[in-house]
Amino acid sequence: MKVTMFHFMPYRDLPESFPDKLHSAWIDAPWWEYGDANKVTDVYNWSIDELMLAAKLGFDGVGTNEHHQNPYGFMCNPNLFGAILAKMTRDQGLDHVALLQLGATISSCPPIRLAEEYAVLDCLSGGRLIAGLPTGLGADVSISNGITPMEHRERWREGIDLMLKAWTAKEFFAWNGKYTQLPKVNLWPRPVQEPHPPVLIPGAASSSTWDYCHERNFPYAYLSYFGGKSSENVMDRFWERAAAKGKDANPYRAAFLQIVGVAETDRKAEEEFGKHVEYFYHKLLHQPLGYIAPPGNADYKSLLNVLVSGKKLLQISDFTTDLKPLKAKDMIEREFVVVGSPATVRDKLTAIAKRLNVGHLMVALQFGSLPHANTKKNIELFAREVLPHLQKLWEDQPWENHWWPKKLRTRPARQREMATA
Amino acid sequence: MVTATVQTIQVKHCNFEAKVKTAGSGPPLLYLHAAGGPIWDPFIEGLCERYTVYAPHHPGTGETARDAIYSVENLWDLLLIYEEILDRLGLKSVPVIGTSFGGMMACELAAHQPHRVSKLVVLDPIGLWREDAPVAPYMLMPPDKLVATLYKDLSSPAVQAALKMPDDPNEVAVVTADLVWALGATGKFVWPIPDKGLKKRLHRVKAPTLIIWGEDDALVSSVYAKEFASRIANSRIEIIKDCGHVPQVEQLEVLAPIVAKFLDS
Repeated sequence: MKVTMFHFMPYRDLPESFPDKLHSAWIDAPWWEYGDANKVTDVYNWSIDELMLAAKLGFDGVGTNEHHQNPYGFMCNPNLFGAILAKMTRDQGLDHVALLQLGATISSCPPIRLAEEYAVLDCLSGGRLIAGLPTGLGADVSISNGITPMEHRERWREGIDLMLKAWTAKEFFAWNGKYTQLPKVNLWPRPVQEPHPPVLIPGAASSSTWDYCHERNFPYAYLSYFGGKSSENVMDRFWERAAAKGKDANPYRAAFLQIVGVAETDRKAEEEFGKHVEYFYHKLLHQPLGYIAPPGNADYKSLLNVLVSGKKLLQISDFTTDLKPLKAKDMIEREFVVVGSPATVRDKLTAIAKRLNVGHLMVALQFGSLPHANTKKNIELFAREVLPHLQKLWEDQPWENHWWPKKLRTRPARQREMATA
Repeated sequence: MVTATVQTIQVKHCNFEAKVKTAGSGPPLLYLHAAGGPIWDPFIEGLCERYTVYAPHHPGTGETARDAIYSVENLWDLLLIYEEILDRLGLKSVPVIGTSFGGMMACELAAHQPHRVSKLVVLDPIGLWREDAPVAPYMLMPPDKLVATLYKDLSSPAVQAALKMPDDPNEVAVVTADLVWALGATGKFVWPIPDKGLKKRLHRVKAPTLIIWGEDDALVSSVYAKEFASRIANSRIEIIKDCGHVPQVEQLEVLAPIVAKFLDS
């Protein structure tokens, strides 16, 4: 299994009273009341250092993403951070680490600009880019960036088509799209990876996105915040759709995001991470349904699927009310988060990966208010005690990972040594 | 209860299969529904007693194909579709009533084709923007807040009747999906700010116009009544007391005679 350290880059200093006062932590949290640019200086620098620590300790990839107007995670463009990581990993001889750009939101920026930026990253890193192309959260795409919800999915599809053509065409072409018109396209630079960097489609349980992935042979990253158990419904349906579309059950078609906290014992882990878990779920994820998906954001088929399936598909839909009654202990018990001793975390993550049939795991080892020192300890413990076991998963099976940068598909010996040292 | 039929009109523009709910008898009247999708309510039933009411369903809503909205790319497309529907219904000049989003579309139609709208009645229309009284972001509201924004008195029997949901959870899911989709399908023409140039076009409206507003409208403030009136030459304002955004539900008994009198005049 390929294991990536993923970072939200959240604001770590919100006051106790924060969630109750606000309709949402997204869009509605006034910067002038809660934000401090000097603290953000620390947040960005700590976060980059944390990802670099993971890179040094043997992770297969480091991951960044894009969000706007919130304290949950404020990488406005993941490629700003991807560029830093590309250069730093290269300079430090960490050329085995993939850059998992979990996604720039193509429906809310000029697609040709994103094609360029991703090409830049692939060049800068020497062919280590994974090009995440999320459909995008309503709050980001439509509220923060003004894109009409009814258009955003079409923009996303057209943007991906344009990007792939701009990366691969061996001729000049004009693009006469519904949302982008360009008189002459001749992208400089092009990506190092041939024919183009692997694409990864992160999503949040839209049936249309599953079908799109299978039709295009792209892997899907399920961004659940509610752990392996509550994701079984979603991933089972994803694999049912794969079978229906004639695709095999190659686990590398799927990726899964999981918040993880490791300490010496289960009890110590709960003590160390509990309040940061609550900070994440109660303060940062505090977002109503209308912001997650304003009308038109999900297409009709997916919308109806979610509404008819109800709790059978998604146990939690309104993050402003559903999460409130839950304490850290509940969320650990229900496995929204995997928090515990190395043995517990190892067993639970292995079980999740096997049950959901995922070949790519993205672990968020910094979450909520977890301070820098605690995060480093979490990364170190995970890298030493958990990571080597997870990386062996699926190795005894014949599946090939077609969706990872080619030159990184076999892990170098040095990385194995470090991971088990 | 009037018997209503839904007629299908294959519109050339955007290859749209239009659905027009039709009922009543008498001279024709065009009715354009609000952002939540087509609703057949006592106000329309009352109109049917004296008019043949034609109520087209906005692309993607009501009886139309849900995906139809994707090929209607912009306001220009939508207006040309309405124009073609009028042609196909043989309506050379017709009174038009529009509510909320439908009110905006009625104004757009009356500005685009002034000679085809004989009289214009708009109920709490969106379509203009004032910095000091922004239109509420209704597409982003949770259901309870949306309902509280639409109506002044949630406890009134008429409002309760309008909000009644089916008993079967599967039907509730479909009704909810249709409502959300209707907000998205109409929202395509007003997102993120319902100010798409109508202020420049309203001067073209020739029809005698009645601008009706619920005094306590929390979605689009009644201060907008003057904004519409100042741009439409032959217009007057009726403010309805004790009323939110939906006069046809909250104050039907006050509203109906005002509209009838205006249409008769």
